[in-house]
Amino acid sequence: MPNENQEKKASSMNFLALSNDSTAKTFIMAILVCLVCAIFVSVSAVALKPLQILNKELDKKKNILQVAGLYQEGTDIEAAFSKIEIKLIDLATGEYTTELDAAKYDDRKAARDPALNVKIPKAKDLGNIRMRPKVMPVYQVKDGDKVIQLILPVNGYGLWSTLYGFLAVEADGQTIVGLSYYEHAETPGLGGEVDNPKWKKLWSGKKVYDTDGNVAIEVVKGSVVRGSRGEEYKVDGLAGATLTSRGVSNMLQYWMGEEGYQKYLTKIQANGV
Amino acid sequence: MSSESKKIILDPLIDNNPIGLQILGICSALAVTTNLGTALVMSLALTSVTAFSNLSISMIRNHVPSAIRIIVQMTIIASLVIVVDQVLKAYVYDLSKQLSVFVGLIITNCIVMGRAEAFAMKNPPGISFLDGIGNGLGYSIVLIFVGVFRELFGSGKLFGIEILSTVNEGGWYVPNGLMLLPPSAFFIIGLMIWGIRAMRPAQVEEPDFKIKDVNGTEVA
Repeated sequence: MPNENQEKKASSMNFLALSNDSTAKTFIMAILVCLVCAIFVSVSAVALKPLQILNKELDKKKNILQVAGLYQEGTDIEAAFSKIEIKLIDLATGEYTTELDAAKYDDRKAARDPALNVKIPKAKDLGNIRMRPKVMPVYQVKDGDKVIQLILPVNGYGLWSTLYGFLAVEADGQTIVGLSYYEHAETPGLGGEVDNPKWKKLWSGKKVYDTDGNVAIEVVKGSVVRGSRGEEYKVDGLAGATLTSRGVSNMLQYWMGEEGYQKYLTKIQANGV
Repeated sequence: MSSESKKIILDPLIDNNPIGLQILGICSALAVTTNLGTALVMSLALTSVTAFSNLSISMIRNHVPSAIRIIVQMTIIASLVIVVDQVLKAYVYDLSKQLSVFVGLIITNCIVMGRAEAFAMKNPPGISFLDGIGNGLGYSIVLIFVGVFRELFGSGKLFGIEILSTVNEGGWYVPNGLMLLPPSAFFIIGLMIWGIRAMRPAQVEEPDFKIKDVNGTEVA
């Protein structure tokens, strides 16, 4: 076809003059559109990256400060966070480790990294999370030189989603200061009530371990009877959210147990922080 | 010209509302309207994506081969949505966390695609841009309308500021939990469409089929 030949010649000079439906123009248009869009997307992604990383870090720090009770609306996050020291602990031994850089360590990334995680045996996997990092960060809240609180990251499955949060305990490794979640997708109004400030207040002052050293803290169904036995280990359940409540109990059972922070906390109870 | 561009912007607000009349873009309208903050950010995101996708598609409309025109439109829309998502993550991190996947899903929002195909492919850039803004605003009006009801009756707040003091906080108002779940948005949008069509009977569609009475007299 002579027509096609003409088109090919024209394409080298001015592809805009080509018929829209020619193969050459289809290819050129596809490549051009992709190129322009790709440049546009990558430039904006690269330009905005530093801001996004900053936001993510600030968000995490804000959550840690919130569970420690150090955050109110308008608090300078960086200044308040200077009271907190991050240490890494090896869960298998309960000892501090300095092999990794504590400031840059991301436990959620490590949980997915085969070099840094361990598979949890099914029978022990109470939180239903399948994998956990070997090393976990502990955020130590300091008052001068003295450590007054330990903030421990916890996660586990609720009804719809994995809940990610922090449990804050006093330096005795036994008394709870607070429990707060920063990421979950439970039903708003039911399981989502884990964010309710009133419910979160119930955790303050509860104890983690019973006298035999077993994890005793749990969320019960209904409300805790005042003055009943074991009251200090029990927290009111969330109405209409049995599975989320159970998920919270299970994840604490796991993370505060032998597989989790117990070795570390036992050492602290014996030797101090 | 100015009266025409005015018409292009104002028409989609009520008379030709993309959600109300064309029933497009319902999915995100259900998902992001539990509070006004997210509804507003989502509205802004969708309006800017529709406007700029209309603008850029209209600029190249005479050179888009018809065989790949949908893919070209999708590529442009997807790029814009990614950029909007990145901007939200950089500047309004908290809200973008709540919006999560729904910003990304603007790519598949029928309003954006519909305006690109129906309007931007046939009209010059300036007017297409305005059409994008108009349709984005039409979507925004519905989202904000639904958001006001859901946040006010679901959690007793507007923009996170307490209006009705709820029982949980020691007040008198028992929040309606249904309002926080997606079905409530269906009810509100349904009632809203009913309201609009009662005001503008021209929008009422002809029934697809008619029920015949036993006696042979027709009933609408």
